[in-house]
Parts: sequence; C-alpha cells; structure tokens
Amino acid sequence: MGAKTLNINIKDEQQRAMDAIKAQGLRVLVCNGTGCIANGSNDVIARFKELGADVSVLTQKDKMTIVPTGCHGFCEQGVLVIIPDLDITYVKVKPADVDEIVDSHIKNGKPVERLLYTSPKTGEHIHKNEDIEFYARQTRTSLANCGKINAECIDEAIAMHAYEALAKVLEQNDPDAVIEEIEKSGLRGRGGGGFPTGRKWRFTANNRGGKSYVVCNGDEGDPGAFMDRSVMEGDPHKLLEGMAIAGFAIGSDEAYIYVRAEYPLAIKRLKIAIEQAESRGYLGKNIMGSDFSFEIHIKEGAGAFVCGEETALIASIEGERGMPRPKPPFPANKGLFGRPTLINNVETLANVPVIIRKGAEWFNAFGTETSKGTKTFALTGEVNNTGLIEVPMGTTLREIVFDIGGGIRNGKKFKAVQIGGPSGGCLTEEHLDLPMDYDNLIKAGAMVGSGGLVVMNEDTCIVEVARFFMHFTQSESCGKCVPCREGTKNMLKILEKIVRGQGEMKDLDTLEELALAVKEGSLCGLGKTAPNPVLSTLKYFRDEYIAHIKEKRCPAGVCTALKTIRIEETECKGCTKCARTCPVGAISGTVKNPHKIDQSKCIKCGACLEACPFKAIKQS
Amino acid sequence: MTASTRDSADWKRVDGIIDTYSAKKSNLIAILQRVQEEFRYLPEDIMTYIGTKIDGLSPATVYGVATFYAQFSLEPKGKYIIKCCDGTACHVRGSMPVYMSLKQRFGLEDGTFTSKDGLFTVETVSCLGACGLAPVVVINDKVYPQMTTDAMKIIIDTILDEEKGE
Repeated sequence: MGAKTLNINIKDEQQRAMDAIKAQGLRVLVCNGTGCIANGSNDVIARFKELGADVSVLTQKDKMTIVPTGCHGFCEQGVLVIIPDLDITYVKVKPADVDEIVDSHIKNGKPVERLLYTSPKTGEHIHKNEDIEFYARQTRTSLANCGKINAECIDEAIAMHAYEALAKVLEQNDPDAVIEEIEKSGLRGRGGGGFPTGRKWRFTANNRGGKSYVVCNGDEGDPGAFMDRSVMEGDPHKLLEGMAIAGFAIGSDEAYIYVRAEYPLAIKRLKIAIEQAESRGYLGKNIMGSDFSFEIHIKEGAGAFVCGEETALIASIEGERGMPRPKPPFPANKGLFGRPTLINNVETLANVPVIIRKGAEWFNAFGTETSKGTKTFALTGEVNNTGLIEVPMGTTLREIVFDIGGGIRNGKKFKAVQIGGPSGGCLTEEHLDLPMDYDNLIKAGAMVGSGGLVVMNEDTCIVEVARFFMHFTQSESCGKCVPCREGTKNMLKILEKIVRGQGEMKDLDTLEELALAVKEGSLCGLGKTAPNPVLSTLKYFRDEYIAHIKEKRCPAGVCTALKTIRIEETECKGCTKCARTCPVGAISGTVKNPHKIDQSKCIKCGACLEACPFKAIKQS
Repeated sequence: MTASTRDSADWKRVDGIIDTYSAKKSNLIAILQRVQEEFRYLPEDIMTYIGTKIDGLSPATVYGVATFYAQFSLEPKGKYIIKCCDGTACHVRGSMPVYMSLKQRFGLEDGTFTSKDGLFTVETVSCLGACGLAPVVVINDKVYPQMTTDAMKIIIDTILDEEKGE
C-alpha cells in the first residue's frame, strides 16, 4: 500500500478557517440546541442580529458575529450566551435582556451581573464558563465542540480539527493500523453493552473485499438520554469523520445514520453537514484525492425503541418491521442487505477522530483499568444542575450528583439514581463512592447503558418508577419472542397491582421468578435487560414494596390510588383559588365558604395543594 | 379497495412521493412518513396502493410496517398534535398530571386520543431528549418547557382563542 499524497492540505484548510473566524470579530455564541430553542433562543439570536448591525460603536472589537451553536449541555439555564473574548457566560437570557448585554457589556465593558450564573452553594455570581461547577469538573472529548461552533458551518468545525484525523489515515493508507490504534485505545461501545470497538471493527474487516456497510446507531431511545442528539446537533462533522475513518478501516464505501424521528433538528443539521462535506471533498468520491470513496445516507426512524437493537435497526433500514433477528449470524458477517456491517453508536464514533489525532495513549490515560476514556451522562431529575456532562470513566456518583450536579433540588434528601434507562438499575447512597465504569456498574446490578442518570429524591416512589420502566419496555416489546412479550406483560400487571394497593406478598416471588425467566429467555437486549429496574429496586428498596403491600401505604406519597387529597373545612377560608386552579374542575364551593373536592373527579395532581394560601388542603 | 372515492389529485400526490424514493422496498418507511405528512394519517386505500406499486411488497407487508411503528396513525389526527413527553426525567418531574388534565379537558376516554371536534390529538412520547427542561410538551413542532397543569391550561386557551378568531 504505502503512503499517499492528498490533494487537500488539511493544515492549510485549518489556517484558512481560523483566519475566517478571527475576521468575525467579537464572537457571541448563543446556544441553539433543542432545549434552548424551547426557551426562546431564536428570538435572542434575532435581537442580537438586529443590534449587531450597529457595529461602529462597539468598543471591544470593531465587529460582532452571532454564532448559533449546538447544545452546551446546561439546558436548565438556557438560553445560554457565551462571549469567549470577554470571558463571560450569561444564563437564562431572554430576548429583552439582549439590549442590556450589548449596551452595558459589549459597548461599555460592564458585565450584566443579574444574568450571571449564581452558585447554589456560595450564592456568588460566576463570570467564567470554566468556573461554573457544572463545567469545571468535566472533561469533554466527544462533546468538546458542542456549544463552541456553528454546527451548520463546516469551516467552524475545520478550525477545531475536523477531518484532520481522516486526512491522517488516508495519508498513511494503512487500514489495519487504524484498527490497531482503536484496539489499543481500549474504546468500548458507548451505546449500552460496552463491547470493545476495535474488536468489532476487526471482525467486520475480516470480511473485506465485497460490499460492506457502516451503520451509525442514532436511535437514542432510552428515555432520559440525549447525548447522541447533542453530538448530531452540535458537532455533526465529528460523527461523519468518525464514520469515514471506520469505513476506511473495514473497507466499506457506504454508510447509514439511523436517527430517531423525534430528533428533527439533528436530522436537519446532519443533512447540511453531509452536503457541505461532500462539496469540500471530505466525503463522496475519492476523498481528498485518495482512492477511498464514502457515501453517507440518513434514515429516519419511526418511533420504535427496539430499533436501538442492532439487528432490529438493520431490519428497519431495510424497510421492514423493526424486529430483532437471532444472532449468529452477527452483523459483522451478515448484516444490512445480507452484507458485512459495522454498527456503532453515535458517541462511540464521535470518539474515533480524537483517538486517531492524539493517539491511543492519550485516550487511554483517562478512565479505569477496564473502561477507558470519557463518558457522557445525561444528568436529569431532582438535581440542581441538570444537563449533559462528560467525565472520565471511573468518576464517582458523588462527584457527578453533588459537585457537577450541585446537589439535590430544594434541599431534599438524595434517595437513588436510576442509570441506564429501562435496561439499567438503581444506585443508592451506598454506591455514591463507587467509581462508575462498565464493570462496576454491572456488579452493582445496573449498567452504563446509554448514560441516562435520573436523580431521585425522597419524594420519588421507587415502586412507581419500576412500574414506569416496565410499562415502557412492555409497550415497546416487539412481540417476536414469548418470554419478553408475555413476561413483561405479567410483570407489569403485578407492579400495577402493587401500586394500586392490591398486592400480596407472594407477588414479589412471582415477580422475581418472571424477571429471571425474561432475562434468560429473551431474544434480544430489550428483553434481556427489561427486568433490571425491577430486580435492582427489589434488591435495594424491598421495604418500599412491602409498605405498599402490607400497610397499603406509599412512603413517598406518590401512588395516586394510595392517597387522598381533601380540604380541611375549619382551615378553608373560601378564597376559591383551589377551585380555579384545579385542572379538572373537581373542586366546588362558594366564596367565603369551605370548598370540597369531588373524589371521583380528582386526579390527585396536587395543583391545589400548592395553590392554597392557607395550607388548608391536606394529602394523606 | 381500488373502487375508491379518492380523486385523481390524491393519487398523483402519492405517485409523486413513491417516485422521489424510486419505488424501493427499503424506502417504505420514508414513503409512509411523507404520506402521513400529506394526509395527516395513513389511509387504508393508499397503503394498499403502495403495497401493489412497489416490487417485493404486498398490502399486508405495508400494513404490518404501518402498525409496527408508533409514529404511524391509521386514523386522522387532530389539527394540533399534543405530545406529552413521558420520558424518565419528565415522569419524575410530573408529566402525568399534565397529560391527565389534557385528557380530562378534551373528554378523552382510555383508547381515544383525538378530541371530538378533530382539533386536538393528545399522546405521550417516551423521550424528546429535552430532559433538562422537564416536563416537556410539544404542540405540533413547538416545544414548551417546564410544563404545569396551569401553564397547559393557558396554552390551550390561547390556541382555542386563535381558532375562534380565524
């Protein structure tokens, strides 16, 4: 084979892109991810643009450029506005705040204090992005550019090293060396199972010669996880580059990205990125003048969780019902359209370019003995700082929840963390200092999964959460194999009975028996992992199950069948506020007379509890 | 099934969609998605037609695919499609009261999703990936963050006012 000379000098391209960015003057980064758009970021951008036209009076720089970026990860604080040259991050920016930012800070150098992030611990205002605890303890590699670049502009990505790794492998022209490097890095699949990525590449590469495919699994179906969405929306070129490198390594010239239909913005930005990369010669025929050609298509999913399973995903790309197929044959031998196929998840592929560019040693310096590199987690639920984070493997739960997450909201008590979505399990207080990696989590009865971390406090009912996940997997079970189809249905029935207060003690044994049968007997990952939330909650919170069964009591006060909301007649002043608040019109009464709740209409949402100014409404 | 009352303009639209995807079996899902966008649901006669038009497909296969994926609806949907996210984060932060209040408001019994006037369809989705803003509700393509039953009531009132104004 031997080294190749390319017709694009990537270093020159980088320099050109960086010069173009410098010429933009003062860069104002406005987060334009799904979360911030919901909070009004398009209006913020529009207002900045209106004011940005007035460049003559800017004192900091003679020009201002508004850069709509992908997700910063700190969604709860959106809309986020970051001005790197001024070393400042503004949070919760509304369109009406834009004038003040421009007048006070950009023109006169005086930061707008009220729009700064306030530390929940010290109450201090924080100016710099890297001083905010949420960011300070993160190590971002796959998310490195998310929130820093305009995802719809290829030059911004090139300035941040996009396609440098691809140029490197095309120049060296040695596919086996690429696979060796990925093997040495210790990268494991970030989509759930944690299978060594290099080994998967090697299996597929063994079938070099005929037609083969690279498939990127962007069917991020786990409720509570959104890292893949962020990468696709915020830094699509990193993913495309990772796929092209994979294609070169295994000898494939065609690829598919399977994206959930629920992610329209990701689909739009990927399409733009593919078009731009093709027009510049980073994708398509004879990439950068080499012999390597690579074409990427996008396939939209249609709402089926099971399509995250690789063989089901292949069936779905082929236009069929997304049902899993028995393995073997493994996709590496017989996958898409019957050809050898390499399937990796978005985050896994997004780690590839940096491994090639900086080397396997750089990458495997992060992490633990068996789990290398960094991992993204979607930190949500009852925690102060919710959002997307990336930390070295082996970081403890305590650091994530209490340092990065800023602790539990409203001063409540930590109860548990649900990790890995419907396939994962619960971690409790005793696991707070456990280094989080693939193997430790499996030992604790959970799994990294896709990395959804939902924090729960004392007001969360664990039994209800188990029922919630079982309801999810039951309705997403494709019905092909009996253990999963019938087993999840019966497990759900039992859990529903328990939260209704009709459970019996022997139900717990049946539940455990069923769980093990479903785990053992199911065809694919969905069924094999579906019982995990039940098993792990039974292990750590058995007393809560027993309280529901024996005392007919929900310790967290969540399960609606086990609670009633009523108005204390002697305390009600008849202000009518509760009646006006009730979304279902269950409260009746006249002014200055005690009100009453019609229990048959009440949905126990608790809205009246919060609305009552006299605390006359009680829940029991 | 071919003795349909559908006018020729509809069939032209369907042909147009099939042609953009070069009548390939592997593009069935994409074709159904475009048809649903055009007609707001998947009419039975159109599914049958697609099944006979594309090589390697039968009406039964098309029906099988259409019923497998949650995105497809065999009944007309409302003008406003309200998706209540019930992913883990939204669930923990109270998505169900919001959903229940909507069902109650539109008088939707279990198993029905569209209001009698055909204006609103209320459904749950498992995760929209905007977990930091939980609970989230999406109406058509607009995302509403941190929803409460109160806020939902105001949003629906506003939509109804706009509808009356039109």
